[in-house]
Amino acid sequence: MGEAIVITSGKGGVGKTTTSANIGTSLALQGKKVCLVDTDIGLRNLDVVMGLENRIIYDLVDVIEKRCKIHQALVKDKRFDGLLYLLPAAQTVDKSAVKPEQMKELITELKQDYDYIIIDCPAGIEQGFQNAVAGADRAIVVTTPEVSAVRDADRIIGLLEKQRNMEAPKLVVNRIRNHMMKSGDMLEIDEITQHLSIELVGIVADDEEVIKASNHGEPIALNPNSKASIAYRNIARRILGESIPLQPLEDTNKNVFAKIKKFFGVR
Amino acid sequence: MKKRQNVTIKGTKEGLVLHLDDRCSYEELKRELDQKLSADLKTQDEHHIISVKVEIGNRYLPVNLQEELKSLIRQKKNLVVDEIISNVITKEEAKALRADTEVITVSRIVRSGQVLEVPGDILLIGDVNPGGTVIAGGNIFIMGVLKGMAHAGCFGNEQAVIAASSMKPSQLRISDYLNREPESVQSNEKQEMECAYIDENRHIVIDRLQVLIRLRPNLTRLEGGQ
Repeated sequence: MGEAIVITSGKGGVGKTTTSANIGTSLALQGKKVCLVDTDIGLRNLDVVMGLENRIIYDLVDVIEKRCKIHQALVKDKRFDGLLYLLPAAQTVDKSAVKPEQMKELITELKQDYDYIIIDCPAGIEQGFQNAVAGADRAIVVTTPEVSAVRDADRIIGLLEKQRNMEAPKLVVNRIRNHMMKSGDMLEIDEITQHLSIELVGIVADDEEVIKASNHGEPIALNPNSKASIAYRNIARRILGESIPLQPLEDTNKNVFAKIKKFFGVR
Repeated sequence: MKKRQNVTIKGTKEGLVLHLDDRCSYEELKRELDQKLSADLKTQDEHHIISVKVEIGNRYLPVNLQEELKSLIRQKKNLVVDEIISNVITKEEAKALRADTEVITVSRIVRSGQVLEVPGDILLIGDVNPGGTVIAGGNIFIMGVLKGMAHAGCFGNEQAVIAASSMKPSQLRISDYLNREPESVQSNEKQEMECAYIDENRHIVIDRLQVLIRLRPNLTRLEGGQ
């Protein structure tokens, strides 16, 4: 029996989809059987980030309305040997096409066959959010070091805490710009965790490589030489229960970094 | 043997006090009251309105019977019922009374979009984040950072106060008064344990917690002790 993790944030554009794709990829790299589920019905793009857009035949709504079997709709990622699958969202209808109970049923069915179900949640707190969290066992809240994103994360955590059968949500701080944080123009990590008072599961630096990789349909986690990639892989390992210290953000520690990079490169 | 008096009338400085015995039946009481007041009426000064306090001892009278008594007394031209004093209240009234004076302890974080509302006083162990709201009929005590909105004395109690370990509110309200975050930020100095109250100029002011000892002595609920 697997575990379903919803990736959510409240605010749009903080990197939910990128985080979903990379955590999913990293878990698959660790040898886990992973299914990514895109619940952003009507505005799907997890398939684009994963580079699986051309291979979609059926989607989530087709499964829910019983036009096909689950395994027919799942898109297999050929880069992984049967470890990573994607259930794409429908593009032609909107979020009201699915009900939370139906989502719950679907996720429960997927949990039979996969170790981890990563659910990519749409922005907002309406129907789409309710659908995405319905079947989840755990939640990861993504935020950026901006006041508005932290505010929305706070709201989302409040809503998640009301969900029954769900563990306390964990936090990923994304898009960290070290120089801005140092100069005090951005919220500091400590400030954010103190404010939200939930466990921090990872920090990801703002990296142009992430955008580049997403545009090529290749999650950054596949590239072992990028800072962001290491950050995502560390998050995945923390999800698996390993205790790994947070990466230092300073560029001055180049040597340490090189070692870590080498360490991962070798693997 | 002389029959026991169910209705006794006493004159005080403030007016008349009607003591109604609590061991007879209500009907009996009504009859005797009617008689007594009719008899008394003749000796009264016609133009002077007299306020009457009615003491009913350990008798419980629901609102409709209280009204009946009041109208019975009011019929006697210049008598006006000031209040009906009873030693007993119903369980519901007792519960409501307790809720108004009780300090309710809550241990959680009030996050953005959440509203925490209590009828009496609240002791919050945790923070109020921006966008979160705490509303109390009485006082608000926060053992954490107040970054959201707090509304004390929401039913009109102007004596209510708001206290917090760290006072960084987006807005404070006491009764019908409100104040926004002060524009002049004194964030450099460490502000700990502050309170907000309505001063004599009808403004909400923020001050050291200790001033409350002088300004709101009735916050002390301790009875007895040393």
